Amino acid sequence: MSTVIRATATASSPTRTLKAWWQAAPFALVFLLFFLIPLALIAMVSLWNFNEYELIPAISPRNYFAIFEGCSHLTDNGDLCVTLSTYLSTLKFCLLVWGITLLIGFSVAYFLAFHVRSPGMQTLLFVLCTVPFWTSNVIRMISWVPLLGRNGLVNQGLMGMGLVDTPVEWLLFSDFSVVLAFVHLYTMFMIVPIFNSMMRIDRSLLEAANDSGASGWQTLWNVIVPLSRTGILIGSIFVITIVMGDFVTIGVMGGQQIASVGKIIQVQTSYLQFPLAAANAMILLAVVLMIIWGLTRLVDIRKEL
Amino acid sequence: MSKKIETPTTGVQRRTLLQGTAGILAAGVFPAIHAQEKIVLRYLGTAVNQDKAIAEKFKADTGIEIQYVAVTTDDVTKRAVTAPNSFDLIDTEYFSLKKIVPTGNLKGIDTKRVKNADKITSLFTKGEVAGKKVGDQGTAPIKVIFLEGEKSKAFSKTPTQFMSLIPTTYNADTLGIRPDLIKRPIGSWAELLNPEFKGKAAILNIPSIGIMDAAMVVEAKGIHKYADKGNMTKAEIDLTIKTLIEAKKAGQFRALWKDFNESVNLMSSGEVVIQSMWSPAVTAVRSKGIACTFQPLKEGYRAWASGFGLPATLSGKKLDGAYEFINWFLDGWAGAYLNRQGYYSAVLETAKAKMEPYEWAYWMEGKPATQDIKSPQGDVIAKAGALRDGGSYEERMGGIACWNAVMDENEYMVRKWNEFVAA
Repeated sequence: MSTVIRATATASSPTRTLKAWWQAAPFALVFLLFFLIPLALIAMVSLWNFNEYELIPAISPRNYFAIFEGCSHLTDNGDLCVTLSTYLSTLKFCLLVWGITLLIGFSVAYFLAFHVRSPGMQTLLFVLCTVPFWTSNVIRMISWVPLLGRNGLVNQGLMGMGLVDTPVEWLLFSDFSVVLAFVHLYTMFMIVPIFNSMMRIDRSLLEAANDSGASGWQTLWNVIVPLSRTGILIGSIFVITIVMGDFVTIGVMGGQQIASVGKIIQVQTSYLQFPLAAANAMILLAVVLMIIWGLTRLVDIRKEL
Repeated sequence: MSKKIETPTTGVQRRTLLQGTAGILAAGVFPAIHAQEKIVLRYLGTAVNQDKAIAEKFKADTGIEIQYVAVTTDDVTKRAVTAPNSFDLIDTEYFSLKKIVPTGNLKGIDTKRVKNADKITSLFTKGEVAGKKVGDQGTAPIKVIFLEGEKSKAFSKTPTQFMSLIPTTYNADTLGIRPDLIKRPIGSWAELLNPEFKGKAAILNIPSIGIMDAAMVVEAKGIHKYADKGNMTKAEIDLTIKTLIEAKKAGQFRALWKDFNESVNLMSSGEVVIQSMWSPAVTAVRSKGIACTFQPLKEGYRAWASGFGLPATLSGKKLDGAYEFINWFLDGWAGAYLNRQGYYSAVLETAKAKMEPYEWAYWMEGKPATQDIKSPQGDVIAKAGALRDGGSYEERMGGIACWNAVMDENEYMVRKWNEFVAA
């Protein structure tokens, strides 16, 4: 399919190329206006100076130095500096959430693609997966509170069964609850692309594997996983970029006690420290781009699509 | 789909449709231009102060429409600084004036045009309650209420004809507690970090206010005496944050909160039994039938005040309308309305005239209610015989220890606060 398109495109006349440019123009323009220009502005502002009420145009690395100030040594309390510990904590969540959503997302997609035979049933179950998305993100998060809280359902259940004497505190406002909410919110972003890749796998390959005497696990590992790697990669990019930038989920589920890069940026913008926030945003962008660059090293996404 | 569009008939239909839409739009535009003769004031502020009933009553009295623009406290400041033409009337806190006034985006309010200006409570104009000076640490309104001129970017130390903000509501905040779960009297800010409440305390995560609550605790524990809690030195900020970090690492805090509703949930679910709180949040917990006290403490209160300001570019009919609103607001009806919600209003005597004597006795004089006290919506919020937390106006506002503030070392403070959150 893709090779056909490429062949016609290269062999086309100049007018056709011009047409192609025109077709690409609207999106390119939107991209330029609403992404590239603002990004350039942020990069510019990150070099500016500021005081309580105004931004002062300048070119100084002061904001970047301020962010990494004190990072060369431990603080008096024996911690890393704010920036490093915040990034470490955000990366930790990223890794945990990515692993868990990948596992769950892959299993669900596998079940939908290979075990559910009728397309009608597939669609129905697929829609069922999206049901949680019918309510707002914030409501979904907040509804964990009466479930996991000190006097919540889970604790009442555990105490009622006599499993624990005092309420379990780490269920809410902890790393656990943050990861739980993330997994609940973002597994869907894994399921969709993986399911999509799986549906495009030629079923005769599975039969061939079976005929050649491969076990179920061998087929899974040597045939299905490699062929759905684009889906896995796209899902991973979704989940990783969302978790890296999130501050609402970490705020609500962490009881505002767990730091995230997004939260720091939000606090800084609300105190009109735009240049500092911009510098932080640039660093975050660089980190996320590096992660994605690393991922695309593993799978050549353009070739696969 | 794409095929259909290519057929000529659909193309024509689309064109006629577009013309039709343009016609409707044009028809819709003209009445809008005519309607501009009526004054509409865009009122920027936080949702807490934007009461529908006040806008409706004002429209009924004067014909001027109020259009509320509700954003968070921090965003009010942000918009005043970055988009001063997006509102006609601003309702903001006095402490953010230190950020707004130097930009020149606010116009000094001419007190000669405000009928009741000389009756505004002495707390604002002299820094006194019933003739006694109250605490002025932090950004006390008296420090920022007067401007040197109408177009001034500087505050005046002595009273002048021009005010930066005309006060709307103000109050004194303290700790909220769950008396049914604590089961003993609480009398000091130090209790917030008492290990007895390990894992059951909360502090608010708005750095400039949270640090003041923390400072009250540090002073109450006798760790340090601040020269001015509202304007700490770097060393004092370090010390305050260090105390908070130690408490956090020991597991003192169940959560931090930023939104009014979060504090209500934390308290009513019993996750937290002692925390920094705002007075309407305490009322909200109580209205669920859960015991909650806005506990007066021996070290005093952290006070806040907000008021109306006018953008520098406001002129003509809209300016007249804005002055009319301010005059109407100080005339009593709105003041009585706010007093019944547990806030205090700027001009007390006009509000008193619009309140029942038994209401005034309960809300302002700290006397037991002689009959059930109702909110403006008609819900009973205190039974006959009940007393208001903190007593009378004099006791409460006279007990102010410090005011919400913007420090000179604000940037450093915010950075250190982030350290506390990350610890």
